[in-house]
Amino acid sequence: MPAIADAGLGGTAPLALTGANSGERQRLFWRAVVLLIAALVVAPLIVLLTRIGDADASLIEHLLEHVLPRVFGHTLLLTTLVAGATAALGAGLAWLISRYRFPGRDVFSWALLLPLALPAYVLAFVAVGLLDFAGPLQTALRALFGPDLRLPPVRSVGGAALVLSLSFYPYVYLLCRSAFDSQGQRAMEAARSLGLSRRQAFWRVALPMSRPWLAAGLLLVVMETLADFGTVSVFNVDTFTTAIYKSWFGLFSLGTAAQLASLLLLIGFVLAMTEHRLRGRAGYWSTGRSVAAPGEPIDGARRWLATAACLGVLLLAFLLPLAQLVVWATSGWTGVDVVSLRAAGRTLLLGLAAAGLVVATALLLAYARRESPGRLTEMAARLATLGYAIPGAVLAVGVFVALTLADRVLPALTGVDWRVGGTLVAILLAYVARFLAVGFGPVEAGMARIGRSLDDAARVLGAGSRRRLLRIHLPLLTPSLFTAAALVLVDVMKEMPITLMTRPFGWDTLAVRIFELTSEGQWEAAALPSLALVATGLLPLSLLNRQAETTPIRRSTPPT
Amino acid sequence: MSRPQALFRTLGAVALALCLLPAAPALAGEKLVVYSARIEALVKPMFDAYTKETGVEIQAVTDKEGALVERLKAEGANTPADLLITTDAGNLWQAAQEGVLRPIDSPALAAAVPANLRDPDQQWFGLTVRARTLFFNTQMVKAGELSTYEDLAQPAWRGKLCLRSSKKVYNQSLVAMLISEHGEAKAEEIVRGWVANLAAEPFADDTRMLEAVAAGQCAVGIANTYYYGRLMEKKPDLPLGIFWANQSTGGVHINVTGAGLTRHGKQPAAAQKLLEWLASPQAQNLFADVNFESPVNPATAPSAAVQAWGSFKASPLNVVEAGRLQAKAVRLMDRAGYR
Repeated sequence: MPAIADAGLGGTAPLALTGANSGERQRLFWRAVVLLIAALVVAPLIVLLTRIGDADASLIEHLLEHVLPRVFGHTLLLTTLVAGATAALGAGLAWLISRYRFPGRDVFSWALLLPLALPAYVLAFVAVGLLDFAGPLQTALRALFGPDLRLPPVRSVGGAALVLSLSFYPYVYLLCRSAFDSQGQRAMEAARSLGLSRRQAFWRVALPMSRPWLAAGLLLVVMETLADFGTVSVFNVDTFTTAIYKSWFGLFSLGTAAQLASLLLLIGFVLAMTEHRLRGRAGYWSTGRSVAAPGEPIDGARRWLATAACLGVLLLAFLLPLAQLVVWATSGWTGVDVVSLRAAGRTLLLGLAAAGLVVATALLLAYARRESPGRLTEMAARLATLGYAIPGAVLAVGVFVALTLADRVLPALTGVDWRVGGTLVAILLAYVARFLAVGFGPVEAGMARIGRSLDDAARVLGAGSRRRLLRIHLPLLTPSLFTAAALVLVDVMKEMPITLMTRPFGWDTLAVRIFELTSEGQWEAAALPSLALVATGLLPLSLLNRQAETTPIRRSTPPT
Repeated sequence: MSRPQALFRTLGAVALALCLLPAAPALAGEKLVVYSARIEALVKPMFDAYTKETGVEIQAVTDKEGALVERLKAEGANTPADLLITTDAGNLWQAAQEGVLRPIDSPALAAAVPANLRDPDQQWFGLTVRARTLFFNTQMVKAGELSTYEDLAQPAWRGKLCLRSSKKVYNQSLVAMLISEHGEAKAEEIVRGWVANLAAEPFADDTRMLEAVAAGQCAVGIANTYYYGRLMEKKPDLPLGIFWANQSTGGVHINVTGAGLTRHGKQPAAAQKLLEWLASPQAQNLFADVNFESPVNPATAPSAAVQAWGSFKASPLNVVEAGRLQAKAVRLMDRAGYR
């Protein structure tokens, strides 16, 4: 009965014709979509896993004895510190902004997102340049207190944790803001009327109700910390990532590097599953519109404490580093050159294209999961978002090898001589493999808030799954999609190793220019492209903020 | 929802407009593709001069050495690259091991590049010499107190030494050369001595290390000379001196920026011509002087700035040893606790 199946997929058949058969076909169709997307993303990972065969046993033994114990300790400490600090900063600031009125609150509301535009590796070299022994701060202190003054070392796990926390807390802040805002007034009123103090209401109602958002934010933070190379290498702190790089670049064994990277993948997978469990146990969908709780004014001098807390974070994470960049950039200023402007244009263009592609893929993935639930699609969706957890350079090799393989096999199979390697298609696919997790989070969260009853109603009215996607989910999801797009855009523009390896000729972005200068230790010269990158990143951030402010506010209630 | 859409539209338009800014006019003639681990600013002047002289256009792709070698391996016979440039001999050795380079028989290169600065199998050739030697704080140390790399392992230097991270290939090459000269056991003893003498955790790059020496965090450190040249050009008043190490023993440790033809490049003849030109006197000064390095070609004198540091005896060991012994050196440094 092909006619009926087609009608079902097209979504135009009268109700009587969309029987169980077409429903089954639709489920199969969406399952195929999930698997296809997962395959695209997982292919580079599989390529990497095949390299494990080349791993050198004596090398592993060496690493186990002399490198890994220390590296594990560092990684664990770093990740714990960063997760703890970003949770405290992100949730704390979100709570302040969302619940209270204090001087500057409306400005901080968006300004606290600004650090997203400053890459962690840039913040790292600014911090070390400013704070290390030879930097201006300690030099001034020695002039005051004598030349024997010694402060605790800046280039340490603690220093790296501080920089990463200041860079990554906005992820948690953004998600917690939307959680606290959407809890609305009533949950708080209920809590207070039951006799809880403000503090108790936060710990016992608001925070538990925001668990999925907090967990989603922390998952991004932890994955990015695990995969970070740029920041820890500025601090010369040895982590799991630096051990991977050492195996590849120093010991010439990509196989061993892949083996270590697969361990990171496993950790990422377990974390993602755990996060999903956390989220999945309870339902968090909205039951209708409600008013956001208006901020409560803070009394007396304590309101200035709130202002000082926000300002302090903003100064450390954004304003001071920015000032240092400006000082460096103006000291070596040679005027605006066309090459930098072109680089900025390419950065933005690549970012936009990647954001569009990632969000479209994330939408398909999230919708397919909804249409065809089950263990297989669940697993595939988790796998498809794993690219965020391994170091970019290692993923870049996987992507590159997978693409060159495709270039060899596909022309032979199809008889058409076409190539992806070295084209924009290659770099965009690589970005999807890396950043699908970033786009998937907001889209999935947004979709979870669309009640099933809407789907059921549309289905009863005869709308097929594609029609429901286009006419119901897409319009309702628009805010989430833009949030996802803005997050991905900011991330892609900062991305370094994948861009380096897969960019087409001449597509040098701002991140590539920063790489070239910092790899030669020329931090001052890297200030200019860094500033350009920050400026370019501010545009999508303004959008993120607007979404955070105006996302249709809904109240979350546990399901009955 | 019109505002976010409008914003994304505007962003797209801005991006397109910026991308359409006039680029350098593409030439229709011959074209060579170079994979370069040396950054664009330090290769482009030579390429531009070559284009001007011969009309051959050169496209350079920059990345880390390891990534470029993996790229050549993955591309295999399909590679668009004709030439690979790295900033050290170790990675060229590794590229040759991986079979991505092509041996060439060139009398011009054999004459221009001393035998210890090129691959014995003629797969790659040094193009500039980069010396890695000692730098000291002139207010804390007299030049007369310094002598060799090995001496920095002595207890007299406890708490006075600064080093760059062992993860940088320049230090891996240095230790590889120590292994080549002294054997593994002695080399490990020296590195352990260094670690015991450190005044601070190893630095991420040579510039930061030199600044720490100048600030008095430590008295002496090991760095490549061009970082010193760049730093002193900007801050000539720093109390920082250069000392040529091992002058009465094996000579200063040197490394090269070098290049080799790719095995599957489509234009070996044209690529060889470019390589020979880069080693010729007319390009050597340009190549070395852009970064305070020394020319490999004995017929070319270093720049006045480099000559001002005085002449030195360089280690006569073949730089190929840096590659052959690199993995050993990395393991040794791991064992010795040199991070």
